[in-house]
Amino acid sequence: MGSQWLRVCPDLIPRTVTSFSCLVCSVRNAIMPFGNTHNNFKLNFKVEEEYPDLTKHNNHMAKVLTKDMYAKLRDKQTSSGFTVDDVIQTGVDNPGHPFIMTVGCVAGDEESYEVFKDLLDPIISDRHSGYKPTDKHKTDLNFENLKGGDDLDPSYVLSSRVRTGRSIKGYTLPPHNSRGERRAVERLSVEALNTLDGEFKGKYYPLNKMSDAEQEQLIADHFLFDKPVSPLLLGAGMARDWPDARGIWHNDAKSFLVWVNEEDHLRVISMEKGGNMKEVFRRFCVGLKRIEETFKKHNHGFMWNEHLGYVLTCPSNLGTGLRGGVHVKLPKLSTHAKFEEILTRLRLQKRGTGGVDTASVGGVFDISNADRLGSSEVDQVQMVVDGVKLMVEMEKKLEKGEAIDSMIPAQK
Amino acid sequence: MPFGNTHNKLKMNYSAEQEYPDLSQHNNHMAKVLTPEMYANLRDKETPSGFTVDDVIQTGVDNPGHPFIMTVGCVAGDEETYEVFKELLDPIIEDRHGGYKPSDKHKTDLNPDNLVGGDDLDPNYVLSSRVRTGRSVRGFCLPPHCSRGERRAIENMAIESLASLDGDLNGQYYALKNMTDDEQQQLIDDHFLFDKPVSPLLLASGMGRDWPDGRGIWHNDGKTFLVWVNEEDHLRVISMQKGGNMKEVFHRFCTGLTKIETLFKDKGHEFMWNEHLGYVLTCPSNLGTGLRAGVHVKLPNMSKHEKFGEVLKRLRLQKRGTGGVDTAAVGGVFDISNADRLGFSEVELVQMVVDGVKTLVEMEKRLEGGQSFDDLMPDQK
Repeated sequence: MGSQWLRVCPDLIPRTVTSFSCLVCSVRNAIMPFGNTHNNFKLNFKVEEEYPDLTKHNNHMAKVLTKDMYAKLRDKQTSSGFTVDDVIQTGVDNPGHPFIMTVGCVAGDEESYEVFKDLLDPIISDRHSGYKPTDKHKTDLNFENLKGGDDLDPSYVLSSRVRTGRSIKGYTLPPHNSRGERRAVERLSVEALNTLDGEFKGKYYPLNKMSDAEQEQLIADHFLFDKPVSPLLLGAGMARDWPDARGIWHNDAKSFLVWVNEEDHLRVISMEKGGNMKEVFRRFCVGLKRIEETFKKHNHGFMWNEHLGYVLTCPSNLGTGLRGGVHVKLPKLSTHAKFEEILTRLRLQKRGTGGVDTASVGGVFDISNADRLGSSEVDQVQMVVDGVKLMVEMEKKLEKGEAIDSMIPAQK
Repeated sequence: MPFGNTHNKLKMNYSAEQEYPDLSQHNNHMAKVLTPEMYANLRDKETPSGFTVDDVIQTGVDNPGHPFIMTVGCVAGDEETYEVFKELLDPIIEDRHGGYKPSDKHKTDLNPDNLVGGDDLDPNYVLSSRVRTGRSVRGFCLPPHCSRGERRAIENMAIESLASLDGDLNGQYYALKNMTDDEQQQLIDDHFLFDKPVSPLLLASGMGRDWPDGRGIWHNDGKTFLVWVNEEDHLRVISMQKGGNMKEVFHRFCTGLTKIETLFKDKGHEFMWNEHLGYVLTCPSNLGTGLRAGVHVKLPNMSKHEKFGEVLKRLRLQKRGTGGVDTAAVGGVFDISNADRLGFSEVELVQMVVDGVKTLVEMEKRLEGGQSFDDLMPDQK
């Protein structure tokens, strides 16, 4: 056991230290009697003996993690103790689906993306259309840069929604955080949200103190999130200690909503009925900025860097973390042979009306941007606005029995 | 599988109050015992393999329990867990195992000749008989905590040892991940196949990780002796057959188990055992003998009688549905088994089942005849 300790010791001091207090914490933790890898015995076994069996797997992690890469990373950890086995456990436990390419790994803290670059950079590149380790990501939350978006036909576009996630610097992420950390994130979030006023004035509902009436109302409003059932999330440890320090905040008008400690520290959602995406995006940007200011005032910024943009739990949400989407009636277009091709060219994706991994009902689809990293928030919402406008026009043509071939766009 | 990443180094930056779990809605053994002071004492400790108190309790935090069913709410990650976290586990053991004290000694008796009777349970009522236990291999972490390498090593050891069994114990190993469809169907039909755990109690402790890697089923050609590898414990050993000949089932159980233990020892690996806790297993509820001996028995009248619960209690037996733990009885057929694990030997526990089931069947017959069974009412064992 002694030699194992020495081997992993160098990684206890983080390579990137952002503040003196952070360094002090790390040094103090290095002296504490903790194991360096969660299971101290695994380094007694050879790489071949520990390397996961990924033969039946189809996810980004399985495509990328070679035995040599595993050998290189297996004795490393972030300063909070997150190991490569922690990163990949969800991908090992969920072999994936022949048609749906899941990511198969998560970050436990901001440093995961640095310490396990060897693994995560290729996954990020594969998932985010060839995004390179040297690429820079652009953030643009200036809603005035969005063109149009206030005139999507409400006979077709039933509702509009923009969501993103934010992680608070200095805390580990949902797969890894302790109860104390999670509660601190909740406390900070509630404090920040309670300073919001005007159109953003609202209330926080902690999951573990909700009355039956409050719960009913939140379900009726489609706001309530429940304990994750997806094995993808559960396999990453995100449901530990449920429902401790989880909750939902929303404004009085029910058009701006924040989830606390679900898959990310914060999920911020702006939504409303109808097709006024411009207004939804305006409220999104303004609210998000206000929240960020309050956090900054308390010396807790959001995790962000110029390469990865906003840092979130799942590598698929890096960059903007933004999913801007509508529920839109496309009964004819959705059965057209070129539907998928059109979506691909518009850089959009479809989901059922229950969200990810659900089926569409009554020809109504959730259409949203496919990209997260490498384009800005404004770019992505613009793609949704322009793309949905086009698809609604196509739907109308098909209703009249006309062809849409001339309308099919070039690849964006 | 909500398993715990409970090795977060930053948690020591928070006070014990800030980290102490909210157990206000909870009803399990862990929640009854773990005070904030105890948590404060234990939270910076770990076993040599790195198992922490948060690892021990995660399943109990994530599964608040049931008003009627008292779950344990904690698991061991290795043999040392029971030592390093004694402060927490001793009171839980005491509460769960009828007042068993930290100074008590446990008796092991796997001599089937010491069982009296048991070969004559009425097969019109007793449909099948079964004895199971678990065993842990010393030097390896337990299913909530073991690495893939450790788990595979256990599997390899098991395969090697089981392959040397012969005679009526000659058999074959079926690795879960290599099973053909036919093999799988046959194992399901034989009621042998175990699947990935779905119980949130097991999943929350991390036992489902890397499924189905390193897991498998071995059984003899006669399909009367079965070993599960790397499910809830390193090994689960099961002897079973139709009808009521518990004596024969127990004889095969003891013989097979002793042979397996010898084979492991010959290769330099013993089972986890000590004179206080007996056989050391993942769940504190299975310490001691780890033994559950039971029958599937038809008790349609008895089970509806208001004294059924009381009778079982006095006989130190428990009822389950025919699907095992947390299932319902079907057609008046119950799974009746010993309630105890620790503080009694294997022979004593099987004796209680044999004698108790005999009494229950007699009571059933009385009720069938419209008679009372008051004179058969046993004293508290």
